[in-house]
Amino acid sequence: MASDTTAVVELARKIRVDVLRMTHKAGASHAGTSLSIADVLAVLYGSVLRIQVTEPEWPDRDRLVVSKGHSAAAVYAVLAQSGFYPRTWLDTFCQDGSRLAGHVTRGVPGVEASTGSLGHGLAIGCGMAIGAKRSRRRYRVFVLMSDGECDEGSTWEAALFAPHHKLDNLVAIVDYNKIQSLGSVKEVLDLEPLAEKWRAFGWSVQEIDGHDHEHLLEALGRVPLAKGRPSCIIAHTVKGKGVSFMEHQLAWHYKSPDAEQLREALQELEVPR
Amino acid sequence: MRKAFISALREVAAADDRVFLLVGDLGYTVVEPFAQEFPDRFLNVGVAEQNLAGIAAGLASTGKVVFTYSIGNFPTLRCLEQIRNDICYHRAAVKIVAVGGGMAYGSLGMTHHATEDLAIMRALPGMEVIAPGDPTETSLATRAIAARPGPGYLRLGKAGEPVVHTKPPPFTVGKAITLSRGCDVTFVSTGGMLAPVVQAAEQLRRKGIGVGVISMPTVKPFDSDSIRAVAEQCELIITVEEHNVIGGLGSAVSEVLAAERGMGGGLKRLGIQDRFYDEIGSQEYLRAQAGLTAVQLAETAETCLAERRSPGARVEKPLRKRQESATREQA
Repeated sequence: MASDTTAVVELARKIRVDVLRMTHKAGASHAGTSLSIADVLAVLYGSVLRIQVTEPEWPDRDRLVVSKGHSAAAVYAVLAQSGFYPRTWLDTFCQDGSRLAGHVTRGVPGVEASTGSLGHGLAIGCGMAIGAKRSRRRYRVFVLMSDGECDEGSTWEAALFAPHHKLDNLVAIVDYNKIQSLGSVKEVLDLEPLAEKWRAFGWSVQEIDGHDHEHLLEALGRVPLAKGRPSCIIAHTVKGKGVSFMEHQLAWHYKSPDAEQLREALQELEVPR
Repeated sequence: MRKAFISALREVAAADDRVFLLVGDLGYTVVEPFAQEFPDRFLNVGVAEQNLAGIAAGLASTGKVVFTYSIGNFPTLRCLEQIRNDICYHRAAVKIVAVGGGMAYGSLGMTHHATEDLAIMRALPGMEVIAPGDPTETSLATRAIAARPGPGYLRLGKAGEPVVHTKPPPFTVGKAITLSRGCDVTFVSTGGMLAPVVQAAEQLRRKGIGVGVISMPTVKPFDSDSIRAVAEQCELIITVEEHNVIGGLGSAVSEVLAAERGMGGGLKRLGIQDRFYDEIGSQEYLRAQAGLTAVQLAETAETCLAERRSPGARVEKPLRKRQESATREQA
């Protein structure tokens, strides 16, 4: 394993540990959806994004818009792990007077956009990306989306726009964990063939295992996938990934781990007792 | 008004290279000159208003001042949540422009009547709401709104509105424009109702009635002081707007007067004071931030009562008494 990979594997593990502790302490939901993007976030922050933690508003920074704002725990964890703010902030997640809300909310160093209502992020990302093009700046814009928000019409408005304007500085990452709020994607509103849909809209698409760090590093490290086109990475993931009793379980969209579940989960993640 | 808008916007854009114009596939024979003059700062996003608002927010986050343009309810109601979350909450410099305010698209029917927009835009924290009264005000408002930080809504009529102000009046966002004063009745109007209001005032004056006319292009932030002053001097205020009487100019005026003692007032409105809660916490915690817990409600009620009854408080006078001291004049 290359050193890059070792580092992101460890970062992903730390994100998962933080997510479990945060959702346990806060009694918060969305543990499953936070776990499914831990590896993607680890690769982005550990290797891909050009950012400066000491200057969060650096004009030429890459932007990450987390359109699936409900996975806030994982986002706040990776920002803390990256050094944007002290890890002690994570203990305040969702608590009265905290800066960390249950959905990704601005005012936190490293957060580019407040989200929480699905289907907003890709349009915001398009605006940032066209802003870069028109100002001849070289930063890139990544938008991390859920599969559920591919139900939103606004997602496809933006999906039409980006290829028309040749936004090859824009990368959509779909966290395809196959479970949405009330059931499996297949049962609720089937997205298949998802990759073909994005291709038909004019995107350059790559499907990958969203938990395979080497593949994530390779794919996200070489964007744009094609010059002159926006890139779509469809990351096949598992809701609740990393904690056996949470994996593939709809209930973990809502439940918060109790003390015993937290202990078991941390054991699986090899946290020394 | 749309011609006055685009011509003012071209001047603004020539002087400020941050200014962009985004349209939702509308603006035939209006936006073309801008598109030709500033091709790098013009974008037709297609028939996709949610995208229009979201892109505008993202673009504004890169340091641009973004005008979005469409007609009727399309740039407002169709993408209301994007305006609330992506534009207002982020305090993005996005200026939403709607052509066809009120019933300007008359026979095109209800879908094209923007008749709740002022109320809905006014209810969004951080949003400034301006409905110019004539082409002169449109031109001034366009320049003014471009220079303001944060979100704004510019509600225009369509085309061919009469010029009411033959020379430019003093124009400040959030300030009334007084055309004339009178102590019997004062019309307060917003948007394109200004011209009929001026005509109505002339008719009444011929009958010897003292009539004032105030144009109130800015519905938010609201010029409460001007309304209080008029209420002190004038027997009757009539608000006029091509809009639902709920939530727009009439409501803004009512809110001022209802809080004034002696104007039928004695109303204190508790709730969320036109802001988003950045603070994070439980419902109980957030209610406490807004002064909405039981203890706080009781305290506020007592404080209000004490203020009302304190000897130093202004003496309550019925409306009629105040008029006797008011001067009768017409500008």
